[in-house]
Amino acid sequence: MGVYSCLGKNLDEVRESLYNGKSGIIFDPVRKEMGFRSALTAHLEIPDLKGQVSRNQRVYMPEQAKYAYVATTEALRNARLDQDYIDSHEIGLLYGNDSTADAVVKSVDTMREKKDTTLVGSGAIFQSMNSTVTMNLGCLFRLKGINLTVSGACASGSHAIGLGSLLIKWGLQDCIVCGGAQEVNPYSIGSFDGINAFSTRESDPTKASRPFDRDRDGLVPGGGAATVIIESYESAVKRGAPILAEVIGYGFSSNGDHMSVPNVDGPSRSLEMCLREAHVDKKDIAYINAHATSTPVGDKNEAKAIANVFEGYKPVVASTKAMTGHEMWMAGSSEIVYSMLMMQNDFIAPNINFENPDEDSARLNIPAKRLDTHFDMFLSNSFGFGGTNSTLIVKRFTK
Amino acid sequence: MDRDTFIEKLNELLAEEFEVDVQTIHPDSTIKITLALDSLSFVDLIAVIENEFGVKIPGQELKELKVFSQLYDYIYDKIEQK
Repeated sequence: MGVYSCLGKNLDEVRESLYNGKSGIIFDPVRKEMGFRSALTAHLEIPDLKGQVSRNQRVYMPEQAKYAYVATTEALRNARLDQDYIDSHEIGLLYGNDSTADAVVKSVDTMREKKDTTLVGSGAIFQSMNSTVTMNLGCLFRLKGINLTVSGACASGSHAIGLGSLLIKWGLQDCIVCGGAQEVNPYSIGSFDGINAFSTRESDPTKASRPFDRDRDGLVPGGGAATVIIESYESAVKRGAPILAEVIGYGFSSNGDHMSVPNVDGPSRSLEMCLREAHVDKKDIAYINAHATSTPVGDKNEAKAIANVFEGYKPVVASTKAMTGHEMWMAGSSEIVYSMLMMQNDFIAPNINFENPDEDSARLNIPAKRLDTHFDMFLSNSFGFGGTNSTLIVKRFTK
Repeated sequence: MDRDTFIEKLNELLAEEFEVDVQTIHPDSTIKITLALDSLSFVDLIAVIENEFGVKIPGQELKELKVFSQLYDYIYDKIEQK
């Protein structure tokens, strides 16, 4: 695994933030000057890759590809996949991404101002395509298997892992680099701000993202990248890889309903399919990393779906988005990494800012404080615009 | 701008853009090798020169410019003609 987020620049830093319930949300005055309704955002620095990646390759990389490069470098190292091994095997690549706004805006600005397409530079086309992250990672790490961007809105990163697990299950790939990346610049979410989706609790940024809390008033945008290496058991054993966990279930569905308002039926079917595919009893799930983004309707309907599907049993439910904001295209992957860090280190991160339940979240077991507890299996929900839903179940690996 | 000042300015610009030591840029050194240009980054060479000096070098003509002295002559002549 590897990660680069507002909670830290690597797994160790992120684990500490999760353990201590540290928020990565700030007020960004630049957004206010740009006319944003809400200037709240996750804060992270764009990595300086000078000295690591050549100039001619860096010009192809928008910020989210840089985040993904750092996360993937860490993941490959932890998985003990060196370049010699990668060069001699067909390692795949499935990564979630669903926007390249900054690159598109900057090239269009140049074309409008200069009336000369040459002046947008050689990197603009490669930064502007939605597949920019997989294009960059595929070339930088010389990956030779499947090479595909998964665009499933805010479920992109989750679908990438789920689809990767199917390719491995079907024997089409032995090892795949999976993940999700999300740009954090203002251009990428200006139109999202425009539809009143964001929290306006600007006076108290770290309290703004409040999944499941009665007084939530919208999400806070975030971003970065997270990478997991998934591999067949045989391949992992053969090369002596450190096996951390198993992806044992992938469920998916489409709401077939409203563009932005989630319903209860779609997520419920995704949850049920995932439990069915994993061949586990719902009581085996100790922790649910909820999609819950802190929007009034989204959290309400997810709470209903979880309560209905898990009727008679109350697993711990929490949303790390209280600390990270909504990492969108990245979230489905980063939340697998966050949950894995918790499972490895025997704790469940607090659902910070959860002060008062509403009538739906009151049906769930939501800890406002960290739980120091051992667990062996978790479920992660990711839902997106257009009604796309993805659910994963991950189990601690035991020989 | 006199020619020596122009050359110094261009060399510094190219060294910064293509991340090479400015000392490696000599009148008789090969542009492509010195700046590690590939088929795509040639576009950036055209863009950086056009942005700084207002001189657009058509791709076909750039291919004829092999060493830096030829590049200096081409651009400086265009600047002087303005």
